[in-house]
Amino acid sequence: MSGRLETALRARIDAGGKCLVPYITGGYPGWVESIRACAANGADAVEIGIPFSDPVMDGPIIQQASQVSLDAGTTPISILHEVRTLDVGIPLAVMCYYNTVFHAGEKRFASDLAAAGISAAIVPDLPLEESGPWTAAADEAGIETVMLAAPTAPDERLPRITERARGFVYSVGLLGVTGERSSLAGTATALAARVKNVTTKPVLVGVGVSNAEQAVEASRVADGVIMGASVVRRMIEGGPDAVGAYIREVREALDTAQW
Amino acid sequence: MVTPGADGRFGEFGGRFVPETLIPACQELEVAFVDAWADPSFRKELDDVLHEYAGRPSNITECHNLSDQLGIRLILKREDLNHTGSHKINNVIGQTLLAKRMGKKRIVAETGAGQHGVASATAAALMGLECKVYMGAVDVARQELNVFRMKLLGSEVEAVTSGSQTLKDAVNEAMRDWVATVESTHYCLGSVMGPHPYPFMVRQFHRVIGDEAYVQCNDLLGTTPDFVVACVGGGSNAMGIFSGFVDSPARLIGVEPAGGAAVGRGQPGVVHGMKSYLMQDEHGQVAEAHSISAGLDYPGVGPEHSYLASIGRSEYPTVTDDEVISAFQVMSRAEGIIPALECAHAMAWIIREAPKMQGKTVLMNLSGRGDKDVGQMMNILGGV
Repeated sequence: MSGRLETALRARIDAGGKCLVPYITGGYPGWVESIRACAANGADAVEIGIPFSDPVMDGPIIQQASQVSLDAGTTPISILHEVRTLDVGIPLAVMCYYNTVFHAGEKRFASDLAAAGISAAIVPDLPLEESGPWTAAADEAGIETVMLAAPTAPDERLPRITERARGFVYSVGLLGVTGERSSLAGTATALAARVKNVTTKPVLVGVGVSNAEQAVEASRVADGVIMGASVVRRMIEGGPDAVGAYIREVREALDTAQW
Repeated sequence: MVTPGADGRFGEFGGRFVPETLIPACQELEVAFVDAWADPSFRKELDDVLHEYAGRPSNITECHNLSDQLGIRLILKREDLNHTGSHKINNVIGQTLLAKRMGKKRIVAETGAGQHGVASATAAALMGLECKVYMGAVDVARQELNVFRMKLLGSEVEAVTSGSQTLKDAVNEAMRDWVATVESTHYCLGSVMGPHPYPFMVRQFHRVIGDEAYVQCNDLLGTTPDFVVACVGGGSNAMGIFSGFVDSPARLIGVEPAGGAAVGRGQPGVVHGMKSYLMQDEHGQVAEAHSISAGLDYPGVGPEHSYLASIGRSEYPTVTDDEVISAFQVMSRAEGIIPALECAHAMAWIIREAPKMQGKTVLMNLSGRGDKDVGQMMNILGGV
């Protein structure tokens, strides 16, 4: 049975559309309004980053936003507390590093997410082999665990990753950390195609998808995109209004492209 | 000694908590290391380089003056006499030989005090590999001589300005580099930490310290020492010397700085690819360590130390910066040996605890020499 996130993404895909999932750093000034702006301008779901002291998968922009958020006193609990009051009509996922989960305890963290109305979780430093305790707790609490597939994965590994994935499969766009790039890496569509070959679950490309044009390019193969650094940069520079305008621009590009 | 299985665990500790991108690289490294370690020609090449280039075996030195003062029998394992001035060379020669065997052209490394960075830059020069070293901006400032050494050796040094700007942030940045360059680059991790196989592999490269010392102590004492003492940041020099004595009756003492006591004051957590004891706040954010010694300024510890602590085989007391400053001077004056500030932690514990160890034999790993710390100590002591 599909969870809320996968159901929402499938609805978009089945209607002939492409999925757009922006990332917002939780606790950064204006983050709640930025999530509302995403929802109001055509995002299919929002990924909320829970800031961590040592974010090894993140480049400078998300590192900076995370640090500002932590310095302002943000905690996993404070984020989930505010998420409870958010009623934006689209599924919400969290992106958090594994120590946040492990420290709280897998069962307790999964239950806290569910109680806050969160649908899914992405844990970028929890690979398949280490994921058992978390996915067991998440499955029980009804939290969809998004798994990442990377360009370095050999063919035999991909089906095991997609099999365990819930919500969607996160197809990592390049060798590297989050951040804006001047062009979409060739690995982005190459990996998305490999992943699509082994699963019927939604496949979204994230990491290095930096503007509307690149979102369209990635979506020629994938079912949609996750956009992080380019969204967070607009939140830092222009606040929620700039985020909303950007999501609208990408949504229109995805809706008007010839597939 | 524990040999971790496919799950990379020492008891409940260790594992491989890294981004998916790095999983194939860790698996490839594990296979390559196991293959090389079992290959007599690799082992011979490693032994030859350690002997002819790094100066192994290192001596042991009986400290008659300090022994008289303290009422113990104090023996030093002289890793300070290795080429580049610390034990770090054992590991980097092993890893760079392995990197070449794997066809990698470039290495990246993190460094705290600069000793692992200098050793990596040295081995890279020897082996003809490109090398980039990440070092916290705070450490770049307090270890400027080592920064210059690395550049002199042909390596690039990048000052890391994120987070606490010390060792843990240098590890983060080196891992980010590796995520982006994994196909051509080997991450030459400097301690018994990180994702499997690093904690196991780095311990194997350093166990030569303990294996030599075991035989040397037998020759000198006719038995094993009562205590084996080493400082612990990530814990590589301590794991190296402990390896020779884990299966002996010796008490194993890993001395942590009071401001960076992962085992003493931490709780199990996951960072830098491993599950281990970790200093963290009530929300699981990794705490910033604070130590006079850049090489011990690390909030985590290698997972095998966590395991040995959890089963009660080794102990992890702490010493303060003031005790370390005093021990640094005591050792210099009594023995004519200026220790690295890291090793002065081990010395400080021995001085403090000597009244409870009267008549006992104590083997201390002098893992590095203090030349790099002389400038910092001159500022602290205001001249002598």
